[in-house]
Amino acid sequence: MKRFVHLFEALDGTTATKEKVALLRAYFEEAEPEDAAWAVWLLSGNKPKGSANRTRLAAWASEEAGIAGWLFDECRSAVGDFAETIALLLPKPAGTRESGSLAESAAKIESLAVLDETGQREVVLSAWRGMDGAERLVFNKLVTGAFRVGVSRDLVVRGLSEALGVARDELAHRLMGDWRPTAEFFSSLTDGASTPLDRPYPFCLAHPIAGDPAELGAIEGWQAEWKWDGIRAQVIRRNGTTAIWSRGEELVTDRYPEIEQASRLLPEGCVLDGELLPWGEGGPMPFNQLQRRIGRKTVGAKLLAEIPVVLMAYDLLESDGQDCRPLSLSERRDRLAAVVNEAGHPFLLSPTVEAGSWEELGALQRSALGRGAEGLMLKRLDSPYGVGRRKGAWWKWKLQPRSVDAVLMYALRGSGSRASLFTDYAFGVWKGHELVTIAKAYSGLTNAEIREVDAFVRANTLEKIGPARTVPPELVFEIGFEGIQKSTRHKSGYAVRFPRILRWRRDKRPEDADTLETVASLFEPLE
Amino acid sequence: MSDLLRVTPSGLYCEAGGFYIDPWRPVERAVVTHAHSDHARPGSKRYLCSSACAPFVRLRCGEESAISCLEFGERRTINGVTLSLHPAGHILGSAQVRVEHQGEVWVVTGDYKTEPDPTVEPFELVRCHTLITECTFGLPVYRWPEARTEFERINAWWAANQSAGRTSVLMGYSLGKAQRLLAGVDAGLGPIFAHGAVLGPTQAYRDQGIRLPPVRPVSEAPLDVDWPRALVVAPPGAEATPWMRRFRESATAFASGWMAVRGIKRRRGVERGFVISDHVDWPALMEVVSATGASRVLTTHGYSAVVAKHLSERGLDSAPLETQFRGEAEEEGA
Ligand SMILES: [Zn+2]
Repeated sequence: MKRFVHLFEALDGTTATKEKVALLRAYFEEAEPEDAAWAVWLLSGNKPKGSANRTRLAAWASEEAGIAGWLFDECRSAVGDFAETIALLLPKPAGTRESGSLAESAAKIESLAVLDETGQREVVLSAWRGMDGAERLVFNKLVTGAFRVGVSRDLVVRGLSEALGVARDELAHRLMGDWRPTAEFFSSLTDGASTPLDRPYPFCLAHPIAGDPAELGAIEGWQAEWKWDGIRAQVIRRNGTTAIWSRGEELVTDRYPEIEQASRLLPEGCVLDGELLPWGEGGPMPFNQLQRRIGRKTVGAKLLAEIPVVLMAYDLLESDGQDCRPLSLSERRDRLAAVVNEAGHPFLLSPTVEAGSWEELGALQRSALGRGAEGLMLKRLDSPYGVGRRKGAWWKWKLQPRSVDAVLMYALRGSGSRASLFTDYAFGVWKGHELVTIAKAYSGLTNAEIREVDAFVRANTLEKIGPARTVPPELVFEIGFEGIQKSTRHKSGYAVRFPRILRWRRDKRPEDADTLETVASLFEPLE
Repeated sequence: MSDLLRVTPSGLYCEAGGFYIDPWRPVERAVVTHAHSDHARPGSKRYLCSSACAPFVRLRCGEESAISCLEFGERRTINGVTLSLHPAGHILGSAQVRVEHQGEVWVVTGDYKTEPDPTVEPFELVRCHTLITECTFGLPVYRWPEARTEFERINAWWAANQSAGRTSVLMGYSLGKAQRLLAGVDAGLGPIFAHGAVLGPTQAYRDQGIRLPPVRPVSEAPLDVDWPRALVVAPPGAEATPWMRRFRESATAFASGWMAVRGIKRRRGVERGFVISDHVDWPALMEVVSATGASRVLTTHGYSAVVAKHLSERGLDSAPLETQFRGEAEEEGA
């Protein structure tokens, strides 16, 4: 635990990327494999599968400190952070103590999931009594699900790659999909052994194009496709079974039974990358139709008939059981076409958009909306399939965007009939590792979603500032607007005009939300 | 019977003795616990303080101030009221004021700490019937780490800055905290410089026999000084001034009890914080209150309402003293 706490503090104390990578490397080199596995798990934004209710934690801590409930509240409002309040007010540990390893602490927290209140109390109190203040802070953040460090997943992979001597792209792949933090898993990161059958590949992500597309060079070197507005997914067919992964690395196979059934017609050892789209008689349906299916774990026959889903396939990552990402796009595309044509509906081949010049392509780009697309994707024909968001090979050329993906930062109660619910929200985008507010918006969500967000706010309140409740950065929403202007009222320096919530992006992690740079680029559009 | 000490518009007043304690307006006779700005104010006719405190009162209230001194423990009777001063352990010369009248004993703590500190007289526990205690850090979240471990952290920070080529600028209030820092750091690591505001009080400490490492004024540093090897002690606020420019690359840190809370550190934009406080923390406050044997406890400075409510729930007769004190301001370095 000590070593991980040092890492947490050191990462917290620096903003320099190089230093962070060095800290991560040093940690992974020294830590026991099981601890290291947990560190990767936690630093990648995962949580232990267990927690304790804040009301109980507050009561146990007050008891330990010999103070009344009102005095705990006073402390909480002076300190701000719940986990820190408890870490500070517990009496110092007596005599010799043994805080144990990170893995042991994590196991304690996971055990809470199956314990009753008395059992939980025993586990938490004995953990507290063995820890110093810094360890308690990390433990409390883990136990309340509020643990967060300013490192991106990419940085974790970099540090790990240096420590293990395994290439970054390879590691990123080995960290995909479902895994549990165990010593065995951590060793398998080095030797690549015990690959789970349904492990997806890291998604190749596009950068927004920030200039004249003509600067990309001769148009002949590029493939253009429509940019579809759906859910990015990989369909994996291996050993006679199918797995569908969303970009948020959620296994969603059961939610798209029509895709799963049809995937039996895919050849063995085949992985498709594409977009799940609601698709009616006349082509793509609006995204909010798909919204109705996203939240459901199981889909009824009626909904299946009303909102059928297709996979608009645009890349082939594996064929005949071989990783074909190193092949050029044109080669992959040929193979993809063969696979998709053979399998048929609901697998569609993402059509290429042909144009003789960038001007011509520009005209087509402007027609995207009428075709149910939000712009164009430009992909270099001779490029391999890359890992993550690397510049150069994939660009998104969106129509003048009128939306940003932003993270819920705090919530306020609504007015009138909604006064009992938290329905007014403030959203932020990333400025480095910090969120800065960009918009305040009333709900554009369904009643069920409002109740869900309300429950999230209540269960995860970090701080009460006046009427506002701050929450950990976890929920991502797409915020539509009419325009962007400079603002001194928002810490970001920008404000969006007439913001409204377009949709809850459950498929996005908080780190996938937009950055201030993106917002700034929208303010000064090139066209 | 009316209270021996009560709050008046000019400050805490002993009617029977005809004197004020740490008054906030000029008065005829002011007993001063210590020379921080919210306790010692200029303009009073006569001051009474500990001998060790007198030089600082002169610095604060003027050379010409009429100051009479008491040794710690020495008793003086004024109009039938017996007054004595006892070490408070806050800064050099800081005193608790004991007031006795017709068998009734009151103690005013002023600012105090019980933790050992080589630059001050150790805190003396004084039994009393009524205690007036400060509550600057009167919340259970304030529990100081051992000063020794904090100084180890400071030394490690200084050494790390040296190898990173950054000047170490350590901030703490110029009277009291700065001298405690000077005495606590490992002077073998490199040269120590100080901001002008720190020099006067430091000399006054030395004049009273407190051993402090050699300190050079920043303003008189030679042109070719190797700043990244140096430790610079400065008052808080200096980090935001052009004064800092001479160090080019610098690392700043703040030594204060407030640094125990991450949110406060963040809100103040402090790069690095060390938890070194010249006030009692919560456990020490509770211990002192009970050890004095006082049945009545009046609270002042900082979390006075919270502490009074907590003590009342523990069966003591306790209430906040209505004063103009608003807790030690953060620039007091706490
Ligand atoms: Zn003071």
